[in-house]
Amino acid sequence: MSRPMTIAEKILAAHAGLDEVVPGQLIECDLDLVLSNDVTAPIAIDECRKITDRVWDPDRVVMVPDHYTPAKDIKSAELSKRVRDFVREQGISHYWEVGKVGIEHALLPEQGVCVPGDLIIGADSHTCTYGALGCFSTGVGSTDAGVGLATGRAWFKVPESIKFEIDGELAPGVSGKDVILHIIGMIGVDGALYKAMEFTGSTIRSMSMDGRMTISNMAIEAGGKAGLIEVDDVTRAYVDPRKERDYVEYHSDPDAVYAAVYHIDATQIEPTVALPHLPSNTRPARACRDIDIDQVVIGSCTNGRIEDMRAAAEVLKGRTVDPRVRCIIIPATQQIERQCIEEGLTQIFLDANCAVSTPTCGPCLGGHMGCLAHGERAVTTTNRNFVGRMGDPTSEVILANPVVAAASAVAGHVALPEDLD
Amino acid sequence: MKFEGNAHRYGRDIDTDVIIPARYLTTTVPEELAKHCLEDLDPSFASKVEPGDILVAEENFGCGSSREHAPISIKAAGVSVVIAKSFARIFYRNSINIGLPIMECAEAVDGIKTGDRVAVDADTGTIKNLTTGEEFHAQPFPPFIQEIIEYGGLIPRTKAKLAKEQQAS
Repeated sequence: MSRPMTIAEKILAAHAGLDEVVPGQLIECDLDLVLSNDVTAPIAIDECRKITDRVWDPDRVVMVPDHYTPAKDIKSAELSKRVRDFVREQGISHYWEVGKVGIEHALLPEQGVCVPGDLIIGADSHTCTYGALGCFSTGVGSTDAGVGLATGRAWFKVPESIKFEIDGELAPGVSGKDVILHIIGMIGVDGALYKAMEFTGSTIRSMSMDGRMTISNMAIEAGGKAGLIEVDDVTRAYVDPRKERDYVEYHSDPDAVYAAVYHIDATQIEPTVALPHLPSNTRPARACRDIDIDQVVIGSCTNGRIEDMRAAAEVLKGRTVDPRVRCIIIPATQQIERQCIEEGLTQIFLDANCAVSTPTCGPCLGGHMGCLAHGERAVTTTNRNFVGRMGDPTSEVILANPVVAAASAVAGHVALPEDLD
Repeated sequence: MKFEGNAHRYGRDIDTDVIIPARYLTTTVPEELAKHCLEDLDPSFASKVEPGDILVAEENFGCGSSREHAPISIKAAGVSVVIAKSFARIFYRNSINIGLPIMECAEAVDGIKTGDRVAVDADTGTIKNLTTGEEFHAQPFPPFIQEIIEYGGLIPRTKAKLAKEQQAS
């Protein structure tokens, strides 16, 4: 009988060929997937070539051109071309061209590419999103990804785990985004540094996969190495019809050891915003109504899924965006975009004078499709509000859920739906 | 490895967006990235940094994006070593992997000001503020990390390991 372990420890042990691991242990693991994008893949490819001419397994390499696509300029077109040429040369199967591509962390779960129990590295910090499916997935840099491309292996320091037990029903208009902003506000941007976060409790169990992915997605904003949620019927109902591979479920042992356990009363969580310039700088949205804005972005790997689109549409239906505000809506994948059209959401967005874009990370990182000018301010459903994140270093980003973002677009300042006519 | 240079000291939570803003991520050329290193935090950094200089910061240095362009830009700007109270984990890995020396030492960070002349012996973990005469000691790296550093990064270490495995079989 091995020692009691958390989900994170079990997945790492299984992929290191060990019966058990302990926090702090340095191990080398076999990977299920190695992910990169148009910004990080070019360097990863160069590093891989220093080791070998062939990737370790073309079916386990995932390359998603999503950051600057459709190409915003010649330089970004060259980056995408370097990825595309490599994909063709190596016969890499998990690649999606513009017209099929979406934001990687919405696309992989949607397409069944990642399955519970996987160990995944991605040269993108929000790779932790797949923790919502019960994967140990973590962001790395291009050199780690390059070695992963070449060998299918990576080194890990087994992290301690922190448990967040979240219980109670969320109030209307409160969603996964508010839960994770609440947690980051509570523990800080390095509150989970080097640690695996595990989210559990009745609030999580009654939450959809879209909401869960929003929570796991922002584990990195607390410094977390992973953001895990145990597999349950909700996970199985989501994964089983789309899975590419069979999977193994890992559950934390009841007597597993945690570095800390937080109990959170979900009924007390309000619609929350994070003011500039850290995701931990949280306030109740109701306390920020005096903040005027120039732009709203609804989308990203954090909040660009169909439920987010529905939540925004519900607020925007029959209303129009304040004339001083640009509201940009970006469904995260082609499938979500199609669904928006079929469900009439796109019509609502267009009627409300929103700009609806093809899937891209674009504005979230100040790439394209809505950068901010000197002194401008945006409410966005994205994940980071660092200095200069969305454009000029004097511009400001306020993070919010899709309902608050949509209400703010209509009001012209930070707002809740109840503030609208 | 021994380094000596002038210190540039900054605060906590220095994120990778200010280390190298996304508007410059359309290039992967280190020298190009170096021109914009820390631009949104301190626009004068790239012009005043000299080869061998030492970057000093408080907690959670390098938080945010996984962009390896961040440590690449710091290294290409001529910075010899980064000393911080703590590092965000992806930045930590990336620095070790590309051979940018980093050290965790809260006391040294508290004991160094911008403009101080600092000498570092990365092998022993000794950090000396030559301006004040104070000496500090950083936590040594675990042997596994030390091995990657000694190889000069993850790529040479992986190549050597694969060659050894091939020889054995």
